[in-house]
Amino acid sequence: MSETALRPILRPILRHTLVAGAALALFSAILLVAGKNPLQAAADSFRSMASVYGFSELLVRMTPLILTAVAVALPSRLGLINVGGEGQLYMGAWMATAGALWFPPLPRWAMLPLVAAMGFLGGALWAAIPGILRAAKLVNETIATLLLNYVAPLIVSYSIFGPWKALGSSAYPESPAYPDAALLPTFFETRVHGGLILALLALLAYWLLVDKTRWGLQMRAIGGNAEAAQRLGIPVAMFLVAALALGGGMAGLAGMGEAMGVHGRLRQGLSPGFGFTGFLIAWLAGGRPLGILFMAFLFAIITAAGDTLQITQGLPFSVVNILLAMILFIVLARRPGASR
Amino acid sequence: MMTPLALGVLAGAVLSGTSLLYATLGETLVERSGIVNLGLEGVLLMGASVGFSVTAVTGNPWIGLAAAALTGGLANALFGWLVVLRKANQLASGLAMMFFGFGLSALVGAPHVGAVIVGLPKWRPAWLAALPWVSASTLFNYDLLTWLALPVALLVWWVLFKTRWGLGVRAVGESPGAAYASGRNPAVLQFQALGFGGVLAGLAGAHLSLSLTLTWAEYMTAGRGFIAIALVIFSKWNPLRAVAGALLFGGAEALQLQLQARGSLISPFILDMMPYVLTLLVLLAWGGSRRLAAPAGLGRTFFGSE
Repeated sequence: MSETALRPILRPILRHTLVAGAALALFSAILLVAGKNPLQAAADSFRSMASVYGFSELLVRMTPLILTAVAVALPSRLGLINVGGEGQLYMGAWMATAGALWFPPLPRWAMLPLVAAMGFLGGALWAAIPGILRAAKLVNETIATLLLNYVAPLIVSYSIFGPWKALGSSAYPESPAYPDAALLPTFFETRVHGGLILALLALLAYWLLVDKTRWGLQMRAIGGNAEAAQRLGIPVAMFLVAALALGGGMAGLAGMGEAMGVHGRLRQGLSPGFGFTGFLIAWLAGGRPLGILFMAFLFAIITAAGDTLQITQGLPFSVVNILLAMILFIVLARRPGASR
Repeated sequence: MMTPLALGVLAGAVLSGTSLLYATLGETLVERSGIVNLGLEGVLLMGASVGFSVTAVTGNPWIGLAAAALTGGLANALFGWLVVLRKANQLASGLAMMFFGFGLSALVGAPHVGAVIVGLPKWRPAWLAALPWVSASTLFNYDLLTWLALPVALLVWWVLFKTRWGLGVRAVGESPGAAYASGRNPAVLQFQALGFGGVLAGLAGAHLSLSLTLTWAEYMTAGRGFIAIALVIFSKWNPLRAVAGALLFGGAEALQLQLQARGSLISPFILDMMPYVLTLLVLLAWGGSRRLAAPAGLGRTFFGSE
């Protein structure tokens, strides 16, 4: 009896393990061809994660990934493809920085919600641009969000090389350090910061919104057939803009978390592609909240392995993208579908 | 009388427009067969990286160029395996290709960062060099790929619109079902279009590293793949219109470089935004009218031939 009851749980785990194993095998083959030792790389990666601190670093990495995944999953309910998480993340960090540097000195209980709201707003406004363009049927949101990814980091660079340039920092331009009140609290002497709680709350809010509210139902109606939804009296254009803006706001929170929780200043290279990775997570998880949580953890492990490759094997961090691609290739080849 | 700034911009527009044009032509071919390859950025990166690395190892840019073209074709064949044979979602497969390109180009290029290579040779016909305002500029001092850019655009146009094969490709792009019913094999035609398109994309990437910058750096294509995809829309899937688009965007890039070189007071970061913002503005101005020009079957997976 227990065997049959367990099957629906065991099957997906087995399937995921097989996919991950096949992807790892392909990736190892490529590393071998490049003259590297994949077993050594795996051992190094495992060693770096198998400690309390190593595990806590996975949680640090997971934080922006959950948020950027929600940033993709939420608009995807309406059939919108948001590939702009990366740019929205940078604009969130940028707006949060503006808040932290411009607001008068405030106590922490006032400052933290303010910078979080600013971070959300930064990402939301940035995503509203493609949202409005799409709602007005002018520009496809896929290409618009992709293009804006290249603009946002330039705004950050402009600011930290210009008006926000910290005195005495010459080698790596960065903004002045944030006031203490604007820094997210960290836990247990690790780098795990308040952004993780924010990310889990965002995931919960996403689940409630799409599964438990009338809006979620209407969003699904638009995703199914926008024309029919329009005839039913659903304000489709407004939903399109709102969903992209809400999603962008989530990615903005991710940027705020990286700036206020990890770096303590605004920097270039705040994100090693969290926005793109978030897209993959949301897509692989099919937009399911628990799936996002699981996949975000898995991808945290993979990107942590990327760091290890960089340090111990002298490979560029971006090489880990091959592993991401292998996972995607296998899943795509196994799951034919014009629908998704 | 042309000012030196205008000359510099014009010369630069042709140089940086070259890779954009090849990439746009490649994507136009692919999209005419009904397939969107959002992974073009990754294919460009692989072309740039492989082209540079092979040149660094062999010392011969022509071998590098050939390797880049082959890489582009193989990359698109992999993409074709996913979207044509496995019938996978095109957008997601394209993004997977983008990641693959990010990673593979970094892996291949890493040992050769900072290598000094001999780029593609450039020459200027004597009768052009004799013109008074040309001699002092880089105008008309081009490599083979740039000289061939216009002929290749004409060739792609001719193949697409004047040959039976091109008719077949366009038929598949409009309606794979109808093309299948009329005795064509959509999968074969799509693979052929993908292959040629990939070769063009590989050349586009190689032009960046073998002629324009003579370096390899991770992510050096800086979104050119996405700009090229936007240019396909801008040019309404027409190879000849793509020439104008590539020149316009090459010009935006050249103007930004010229202004920076002349110590413009505008921040270089603001200038760097120009190509992306211009792309968005152009798409915006094109607006709704483009739908009529797009291949009707674009982005749809054809399940019917089984």
